Amino acid sequence: MAELGIDRLPGRQGVWVALCGNARVWGGGGVVGLFALIALFAPVLAPQDPLWQDLMLYQMPPAWLPGSEPGYWLGTDSLGRDLLSRLIHGTQVALIVAVVAAGAAGALGVLLGLMAGYFGGWVDALISRLIDVWVAFPPVLLSIVLVAVLGAGLHSVIIAIAVIDWTRFARVVRAEVLVQKEQDYVASAVTIGLGRWRILFGEVLPNVAPLVLVLFTMEMAIAVIVETILSFVGLSVASDRPTWGGMIAEGRQVIYEAPWMMLMPIGCLIALVLALNALGDGLKTALDPVLRR
Amino acid sequence: MSLDPVLAVEDLWVELGPLDLLRGVSLSVAAGQVAGLVGESGAGKSMIGRSILGLLPTGARVSQGSIRFRGRELVGLPIRAHRDLLGRGMTLIPQDPMTSLNPVHRIGRHMLDVLRLRMGLDRTTARTRALALLDEVHIRDPEAVLMRYPHELSGGMRQRVLIAMAFACEPALIVADEPTTALDVTVQRQILRLIKELQVHHGTAILFVTHDLGVVAKICDTVTVLHSGRVLEQGPVADALGAPQHAYTQALLAATPRYDRPADTLHPVPAPLTEALRVEATALRRGG
Ligand SMILES: Nc1ncnc2c1ncn2[C@@H]1O[C@H](COP(=O)(O)OP(=O)(O)OP(=O)(O)O)[C@@H](O)[C@H]1O
Ligand SMILES: [Mg+2]
Repeated sequence: MAELGIDRLPGRQGVWVALCGNARVWGGGGVVGLFALIALFAPVLAPQDPLWQDLMLYQMPPAWLPGSEPGYWLGTDSLGRDLLSRLIHGTQVALIVAVVAAGAAGALGVLLGLMAGYFGGWVDALISRLIDVWVAFPPVLLSIVLVAVLGAGLHSVIIAIAVIDWTRFARVVRAEVLVQKEQDYVASAVTIGLGRWRILFGEVLPNVAPLVLVLFTMEMAIAVIVETILSFVGLSVASDRPTWGGMIAEGRQVIYEAPWMMLMPIGCLIALVLALNALGDGLKTALDPVLRR
Repeated sequence: MSLDPVLAVEDLWVELGPLDLLRGVSLSVAAGQVAGLVGESGAGKSMIGRSILGLLPTGARVSQGSIRFRGRELVGLPIRAHRDLLGRGMTLIPQDPMTSLNPVHRIGRHMLDVLRLRMGLDRTTARTRALALLDEVHIRDPEAVLMRYPHELSGGMRQRVLIAMAFACEPALIVADEPTTALDVTVQRQILRLIKELQVHHGTAILFVTHDLGVVAKICDTVTVLHSGRVLEQGPVADALGAPQHAYTQALLAATPRYDRPADTLHPVPAPLTEALRVEATALRRGG
């Protein structure tokens, strides 16, 4: 009567084992976590006011180069502002945009993708055409136009990213729902008497959730890059708020005298984007066998 | 059989795009009886079950014919009304217990949902009823099983849960779509016995889909042999299997293992025969 016993298969713990055994999840997640902590505690961590100018101390090199100034670990910019403090506050902007924009794009895209995939018919036709039209626009151009129309500012950047990138979620979720809705558990749910929306959100969505998590991580990386581009061309937050893109733009002007000024925000950008992509990649491989079980 | 059948399917055609999946199928299930439906893979057995339950896959539709359930016509019935019949009227024991329970929900959630939504029970009553049902399908320690996720149970256990869910609303008709195919042999036998036991106890009519004539002989009262979406042979099990009229049924019988027939004397169904039947079926035209 072996079949009456309960198998000791890995349950929820199995997911955690898979996640923890994945080096990319560890590495990527660790670096992303570090950035998140820096963003969260930016006011506490920053040694100086990022806006405070000391014109006597402009373009100071970082601590490990000759001629550095004590207290300014990464040196100062052309207006004598502390680079470390500006990087830390820039991290906050980058992560706020990443989380909120990816969240908004995800919410919109997942909702439309779920509806298109599950309801089919004219709902699917409408949403799919919309996606086709949407992806035909060049994204960078579209984002610049959007921000120009909405006016510069953090909210415009976030809206622009969400408005442009919801299709990434919608397309993938729609395709996955098409697979999921033919699964036997959906037929069972119908037989049990669950309504369409209840099946969509209570039964199908949880099964698509790991995929959405992966997309969300990848989208955060894209949002960080877009925010940097827009702040580089001066279309992001008000110019008195430090951003990585703004710092890159400032550093570009003195690239021969003080190359570190541009290299440091670029380094941060690359580190965060790589970490997010590694995390997304790791999550994808770690969650996949769980998905298909 | 003087009683009106619980289910009467007549001249049912189901199409998927340009393809006819069912070609004029007729069959009936009498109250309290088990009607077997046999045929090779792809014959259209599941399509019949899905048509009856109103769960046809996207794109497939009934193009002709009638399905009467307790005297009520189901073809052309609005989907809402059809779905309302599920649970208390008719229900399904699915083929694959691995995929028929949502992997993200505990067993308890599945069972309570069906009892609350279909039977209108409140939480506590539903829970008590769920425990009684699990007990009825011989699951030990029902309390613990309610807390499990589907993948923490073996295939046989999951099938027992699904059987309990099917009988939960005391339906008039159950479509059992190859309920033992995904299980290993010893477990198959126990599940068969369990279904028969509950069927007799509750007096439920069952449309039992299988590709195993041995199973039909064991638990069915009548049998319908299906090939390429059409009926080749039909009747009480004793007649249809005792003195089969159609060459295909005879070939199927010769391919079925039995205690008095060692495996090495079995003959597979000859390919030319199935091919000829397929060609014959494709030539059939709807209408009339
Ligand atoms: N979702 C679908 N889309 C397209 N064709 C389908 C779909 N489901 C089934 N079919 C086709 O319909 C026909 C009948 O399928 P059905 O599932 O009813 O067979 P079956 O007799 O239940 O076989 P099995 O023993 O393998 O379950 C097959 O030819 C199959 O290819
Ligand atoms: Mg089938």
